[in-house]
Amino acid sequence: MKQPYELTIKEAIDLMNDGKLTSYDLVKSCLDRIEGMEPTINAFTYISKEKALQQASQIDERRSKGEPLGRLAGIPYSLKDVYNTYEEPTTAGSKMLDGYISPYNATVYEKLTQEDAILIGKTNCDPFGFGSSTENSAYGITRNPVNTEHVPGGSSGGSGAAVAYGGGLFSIGEDTGGSIRCPAAFCGIYGLKPTYGRVSRYGAIAYASSYDTVGPMTKDVYDNALVMEVISGIDEKDATTSPSDIPQYTEEMMTTIKGKKVGYVKEFMGEGVDKDVKEALEKALEKYKALGCEIVEVSLPSTEYAIAAYYVIGISEASSNLARMDGMRFGVEDSASNWKEKIINARGKGFGAEEKRRIMVGTYALSAGYADKYYHKAQAVRGLLKQEILKAFEKVDILVTPTMPVTAPKIGENTDDPLKMWLMDAFTVTINPVGVPAMSIPCGTDSQGLPIGMQLIGKHFDESTIFAFANAFDSSKE
Amino acid sequence: MDSNYELIIGLEVHVQSKTKSKMFCSCDANYFNAAPNSHVCPVCFGLPGALPVPNKRAIELCIKTALALNCKINQNTKFDRKNYFYPDLPKGFQISQYDQPIGYEGYIDIETKEGKKRIGITRIHQEEDTGKSIHSNGETLLDYNKSGVPLIEIVSEPDFRTKEEVTAYCKRLRQIVRYLSVSTADMEKGEMRFELNMSLRKRGESTLPKYKVEVKNIASISVLEKVIDYEFKRQSEILDNGELPQQETRGLVDMSGQTVSQRTKENEADYRYFPEPDIPLIEISQDMIEQIRAEMVELPQAKKDRYVKEYNIDADTAEAIITDSATYVTFENMIAGLSPNYIVEIAKWYTGDYFSLVNNKERHSGFLDSMLVDIVKMVVDKKITRANAKEVLEISYTQGSKPEEVVEQKGFEIVSDTGAIAEIVEKVIANNPKAVEDAQKNPNAAMFLVGQAMRELKGQADAQTVKDMVLEKISK
Repeated sequence: MKQPYELTIKEAIDLMNDGKLTSYDLVKSCLDRIEGMEPTINAFTYISKEKALQQASQIDERRSKGEPLGRLAGIPYSLKDVYNTYEEPTTAGSKMLDGYISPYNATVYEKLTQEDAILIGKTNCDPFGFGSSTENSAYGITRNPVNTEHVPGGSSGGSGAAVAYGGGLFSIGEDTGGSIRCPAAFCGIYGLKPTYGRVSRYGAIAYASSYDTVGPMTKDVYDNALVMEVISGIDEKDATTSPSDIPQYTEEMMTTIKGKKVGYVKEFMGEGVDKDVKEALEKALEKYKALGCEIVEVSLPSTEYAIAAYYVIGISEASSNLARMDGMRFGVEDSASNWKEKIINARGKGFGAEEKRRIMVGTYALSAGYADKYYHKAQAVRGLLKQEILKAFEKVDILVTPTMPVTAPKIGENTDDPLKMWLMDAFTVTINPVGVPAMSIPCGTDSQGLPIGMQLIGKHFDESTIFAFANAFDSSKE
Repeated sequence: MDSNYELIIGLEVHVQSKTKSKMFCSCDANYFNAAPNSHVCPVCFGLPGALPVPNKRAIELCIKTALALNCKINQNTKFDRKNYFYPDLPKGFQISQYDQPIGYEGYIDIETKEGKKRIGITRIHQEEDTGKSIHSNGETLLDYNKSGVPLIEIVSEPDFRTKEEVTAYCKRLRQIVRYLSVSTADMEKGEMRFELNMSLRKRGESTLPKYKVEVKNIASISVLEKVIDYEFKRQSEILDNGELPQQETRGLVDMSGQTVSQRTKENEADYRYFPEPDIPLIEISQDMIEQIRAEMVELPQAKKDRYVKEYNIDADTAEAIITDSATYVTFENMIAGLSPNYIVEIAKWYTGDYFSLVNNKERHSGFLDSMLVDIVKMVVDKKITRANAKEVLEISYTQGSKPEEVVEQKGFEIVSDTGAIAEIVEKVIANNPKAVEDAQKNPNAAMFLVGQAMRELKGQADAQTVKDMVLEKISK
């Protein structure tokens, strides 16, 4: 029999409903697992042991009394350390916010708490989401539990690793250019970047406001759909959230995909894609064909410029978003009496190399005389990219690509070459400027046994089709 | 300012909108006298993860102001970030509007002694205020209560040529935003602030000067006037020496109007404006514009022009009535349904004797505005004399007594029986043969006889009637 920490959300809920498992034992199992794994993996920046166990006991008690419980009652989960909660520290993986306790809760946390989910800790990440390997965190690197010589991906690497090893049944990641999908791919789990505006960003420490999305990282498709039903929806505190209805994802994921059109993106299957990754993708496309889908080749010629455009806009916004980290009201402080020095010193001490790099380049891209050449040009490319993807969706129901062109690199392999690291994100960063939803699901392993992720890209607010394709793929495995 | 130089001035005016909550969060916007940092939340305190949500009411007030200033409306508008570091700017950027302001290309008509003039409005946009730095004892304290309070910025064309025009514009603008209930524009509370853009050119030249001096953070119209005087002197001295004043931003030393250089063109701030990604584009529908237009009250200049044209009220009196909403509303209530001959007279009494009572005497709670109307009617209808009417007004105002009762008590009712008047006039003529003789040579001398007759009548007769009668009788 599986250990409780190995269960999916659905399995755990069923067992708890049948009286075969208590939330306390489930939480305890996860905490023990964390205790055992953390010395090697370092997925967590904060572990909420007492509070989590106390909450679990309360849920068990309420359950025994027959009181109504939330949809995720007693399920332990983690939050990427960019979500503000007022009883735990929030660091964003940066020294800048070391020890920072927020006076308010992020909306996603409020929604999960409403459904009686139990926060067991906050997970490590590249500072402010700046990275694809979780090697930039001020709180140490996180290792990939599949193979500890390798990175877990990033920036939500702690979340990917935690879900993969059983440190909580799911995690909430944050995806600006692949930060949910990349670690999902590298750790062999399910990670959804929802449509921009589907899930409230209120309380999520911003990287690039027009790209940032909040999404679930889970052990299977159903869990992902279930968590999405809980965290989606309009929020009066986030003006960019959509008022559109929240679909019953857990039902709609059962819809047949027979007769649907699958687009594969020519540009994402070429040079630079590992042989194993390519083969896994080709097999997946064969499978969809066998399931009654029509496979259509799609071309997105502007993707050549997508990485450049993505980074220019992303770090421009980041340079502005991080301006509030000025050491005046919170975070790292400096004792200089002159305000300019005080701010400069605080930022100098608090930010790491990757933060400084992105702030400087972003500031440059927005500067007078350069904004037209960089920021505005990048926005033009973004417009083009959006048009191309929307046009592709006139022909197909879903786009299928590798999530990453490679499997998890070794720790330290790319740290001296930030450009190579940035280029690795080509297939994920293309999506955020457009705002459509995309999910990474496992689709095999490479010759070393490292997981390969397949990216399913859907139309705006059509997470249901993504879930249906993910579910169909998994169902045909058994 | 008699000088070889002509002023070229453009103004940026900030007006704090009267909204319940702040521009991008639900904090109470009324922070005046509140304990420091008691009106803050994660949004206006700039905490990580907080997001701005625009205040719809504030945007409506901005549109209303734009319409009142005859602006075109950008139906597709957006917010932008203006990036700079300062301790009282919590987010490291101010949310403002850059290239798609809510209103643009409008104007305000102003009046000075030189006559009417149209001042162009370049743009009107919505933004948020910063916090406040309080410097004391070598320390700087920060209060973020003001952070995020809605501000409307109104930018004029460089159309001002005299200080009087600037003053007239500022007063008219303040009046307009108060009429519209957009702002209380109380300068003591910092609800209306000014930025001056000023340069000089030789009289007769028609091109704009090659430099511009900007003076920021001017808190009142009177200081603004002093700054203009100071800068006029400073800049003309430089020009007199054959030099060109530096293009720069200057700040105030104190309330005297003296300015000092703060920033020259070389180290001008680069605000790195870009669209605020946390706020979606805003569409202002035609319906919304029409709805706001329908709520609009008659504006000061239009009201003044109408008073002059419809009621024959003189311009100065009309200006005094349109000062503020309370003043014109009282007036318009008083004149409702009255014929024009009464209205002109009411306007004069209202702005003259009545205003002076308001300023100098305590109003009795029993006094009603309609009593002023009753008194003026009696004057126009020649039931009491002007001089007695003043007394009646003062008694009514300070004691709350009904005018008719005062008139009766005091016996102020004019003798309108011409037979009785004629009798007295004849008696006076008979008793003053010398004066009659003088008056027959010189009609001005008849005033003595009129005076005598008025005395006999105890003042209770219309002086004109008496005069006419005296002249008639002596001419026979």
